[in-house]
Amino acid sequence: MATPLRIAWWRRRRTRDLLFQAALIAGVLLLFGIMANNAIQTVERQHIATGFGFLDHTAGFDVVQTLVRYDETSTYGRVLLVGILNTLLVAAIGIVLATLLGFLVGIGQLSSNWLVARLARSFVEIVRNLPLLLQIFFWYFAVLRALPGPRESWGVADAVFLNNRGLYLPAPVAESGFGFVMLAFAAGAIASIFMFLRAKAVRERTGRVSPVAPGTTALLVVPALLASAAAGFPMSFSVPALSGFNFQGGIVVLPEMMALVVALATYTASYIAEIVRAGIEGVARGQTEAAQALGLNRGQMLRLVIVPQAMRQIIPPLTSQYLNLTKNSSLAVAIAYPDLVSVFAGTTLSQTGQAIEIIAITMAVYLTLSLLTSAFMNWYNARVALTER
Amino acid sequence: MSTSAVEITGLNKWFKAFHVLKDINLTVARGERVVICGPSGSGKSTLIRCINGLERHQEGRLTVEGVELSEEIGQIEAVRANVGLVFQQFNLFPHLTVLENCTLAPMWVKRLPKREAETLAMKYLERVHIPEQALKYPGQLSGGQQQRVAIARALTMEPRIMLFDEPTSALDPEMIKEVLETMVELAETGMTMLVVTHEMGFARTVANRVVFMDEGEIVEIAPPEEFFTKPKSPRTKEFLSQILR
Repeated sequence: MATPLRIAWWRRRRTRDLLFQAALIAGVLLLFGIMANNAIQTVERQHIATGFGFLDHTAGFDVVQTLVRYDETSTYGRVLLVGILNTLLVAAIGIVLATLLGFLVGIGQLSSNWLVARLARSFVEIVRNLPLLLQIFFWYFAVLRALPGPRESWGVADAVFLNNRGLYLPAPVAESGFGFVMLAFAAGAIASIFMFLRAKAVRERTGRVSPVAPGTTALLVVPALLASAAAGFPMSFSVPALSGFNFQGGIVVLPEMMALVVALATYTASYIAEIVRAGIEGVARGQTEAAQALGLNRGQMLRLVIVPQAMRQIIPPLTSQYLNLTKNSSLAVAIAYPDLVSVFAGTTLSQTGQAIEIIAITMAVYLTLSLLTSAFMNWYNARVALTER
Repeated sequence: MSTSAVEITGLNKWFKAFHVLKDINLTVARGERVVICGPSGSGKSTLIRCINGLERHQEGRLTVEGVELSEEIGQIEAVRANVGLVFQQFNLFPHLTVLENCTLAPMWVKRLPKREAETLAMKYLERVHIPEQALKYPGQLSGGQQQRVAIARALTMEPRIMLFDEPTSALDPEMIKEVLETMVELAETGMTMLVVTHEMGFARTVANRVVFMDEGEIVEIAPPEEFFTKPKSPRTKEFLSQILR
């Protein structure tokens, strides 16, 4: 039997592990203690009331774009809601546009057409390699603010106008009987879903492929059109029109919002394009050859063989791009688009001085948004994940 | 209509400056079984891949079941409908089950109803002796089983010609036999087969003719008996001395 070696106590693995663990915990506690102490002293020195009571106080400032009712008499709590919604609006539109453009450019990079491939490649290399803040400034100051004033607006069909104050669009106004039209539209939409499912079943049963696009489109349009004719077209448009120095009526998309959305969408699209390209190139060459040898055409090959396999590699990095876009939308503050950071962590903070509470709330909002996005994408990833073995 | 399955005349192909196929002439009759062998880099895989348009030739004529392989997409599709190809690396679709691998092309290319495509797929999975694996994914199968699925997948398109590109080279030794047996059974049905392989036993028992290629040229074509016992060219002799020990 071997005699156990005598080992000094400080050279035992278990003792070392415990020591390191204890030192780490002590360090973290000390750090938090210093930070908390510092915060308490600051609050006392500046006589700031702590707590979340300020959320019920009147804000007293105006916000240029609000998705819910808001005026100067609204509370800071309302400002928070306005900020969150404005952030969500930019993030949602940005994500949709970035995904569409990103997939288009990503597939374009692999095109056998020299010009298409070069254009896609150049887009990626230019957009990906410039700072995002600079690109926001470019779209805002160099493009949109440089447009002519309202009197020299660029117009389309006397209904859509673009000038340095924004993009003016006709706004639909519902009149009595409009609910009836919406009902007809909903019925048509449900019918078109049934038609789509039926066409799929027919294809599997008989192998016959019938084009569904004309039928489903008709079902979406015709019932709603007939219903509105029957109800005497219960909808009108508020068309923007020049009155005095500016446009009245319609809805306006602010140049701040346009610049932010365009910059975020193109910047993120350049990253998504690379992710898509890598995902498709990551599918083994033999898969393409096997699909070709079986006689599948190019579209079928992409849809049935390549993309389902590429998605597995695309989705995780795509998720982090969605998170990046949402977080990057806080650069809105640089061009005064009223997002969460701008109106809440900016104006509200400077007016109330409730730095700790406001920063904590703002962080909590972004964290929640990010975690929700991740949870959704993880669910989607699990759905499309390869069931290889 | 001619009676030959494949007619190749004066075929030349280059990869950039590299002359990979040099003036190839080969006619394969219907029902004939041809084994192509030769050292690696001799162009044998490239030749077989030209026959279903996976590789494009630059000079010469290539006619498959009376259809000339040209630049036209319709022509290539017509040729591919007649030709099945089995790869060295199987190339099964990993995201689809064995059955779905076999029904994909019949459903989308031939527009068969799903039920019919499945019946057809099961018929050929039975022929390669793995109907019980139909609902598994390729990753769950052994190499030999995967290669047999690949053969079944090609057969579900009911091609007139089957091409095999080194079908046993990526297999463990104990799995080579099951794949070769499947190929022998296929040969017994009268299928036209072009097989790139180093399995000389298979060539001896199944082939009508053996084609020996070296450096992009066809050096010698002979019936297996003659090929193995009295090879004419010194290059063939050298190759055979290396491969048959």
